[in-house]
Amino acid sequence: MRLTCPLCGDRDRREFHYYGAEVYADRPDAGAALDAWDDYLHLRDNPAGETRDLWYHEIGCSAWIVVTRDTVSHRILQTALLTARQRQVGKFVYQEGDLREVPAKPGAATGGERP
Amino acid sequence: MASLIETTACEGLLPVATQDVTLGELPFACITSVAPFDGRQDAVAAALKAMGLGWPGPGQSVRAGDAACFWAGRDQAFLIGAAPEGLAGIAALTDQSDGWARMHLEGPGAEAVLARLIALDLRPAAFPEGAVARTGLGHMMAVLLREGPQSFQIMVFRSMAGTAVHNLHQAMRAIAARAAV
Ligand SMILES: [Zn+2]
Repeated sequence: MRLTCPLCGDRDRREFHYYGAEVYADRPDAGAALDAWDDYLHLRDNPAGETRDLWYHEIGCSAWIVVTRDTVSHRILQTALLTARQRQVGKFVYQEGDLREVPAKPGAATGGERP
Repeated sequence: MASLIETTACEGLLPVATQDVTLGELPFACITSVAPFDGRQDAVAAALKAMGLGWPGPGQSVRAGDAACFWAGRDQAFLIGAAPEGLAGIAALTDQSDGWARMHLEGPGAEAVLARLIALDLRPAAFPEGAVARTGLGHMMAVLLREGPQSFQIMVFRSMAGTAVHNLHQAMRAIAARAAV
């Protein structure tokens, strides 16, 4: 198995550390309800098909990568830097890895927005 | 206070040579890790430019005389052989001069030796002069740079120097043995 690091290119799977589902990057706020923390820590989907998870390029550039893959066909559909992901927090959209704050468009979703 | 004896990372281990390839230690040089603070990437690039260098893109290096700047990871570069002038306050700087073993592998068989330890396409078309990779050398994290058609620079954590030399020398001997058949 090989993964394409957005920075380093095509690399052997042994260079990466698997961390689990992408939702692990969506940490609830400190004061979030117990259910939100329970969900964050313990509850995961187990899809037959497309799934998104976090991989760390450990023996490489140290980037966190969101890998979209198919658990049925084993195809890797997309790899992207986690820092490139947009995140909506309150009325701002944060581009992770960049300090710029952009007021959200009216009516934009309030959950984690995907690249 | 104890009298300390200064030794290089590969003291007593290098150089080693086979018919086609030599592995030696590079002379001591200052190594500073440069990680630009958020939003200061342009200022860091400008400061490096003022030193005759520049910010290296992923997998690249910039060289000016004895100084060089290697891409070393996401938003990180190693400034080698020069003091980090004008970078304080706009980037996280760490002196890693003593933290790395820096080696030089050279000869017609250098690519074949590395092919036994590194899972990358190192042919010149895919990995040209000046190209840098942060990758695994055996089980070790390493920084690899192509210096010329038959020469590479290899950096591993200083604590791994003995293992790196052992692995590389073993690969060198295996390539030499195969050539002798
Ligand atoms: Zn990488």
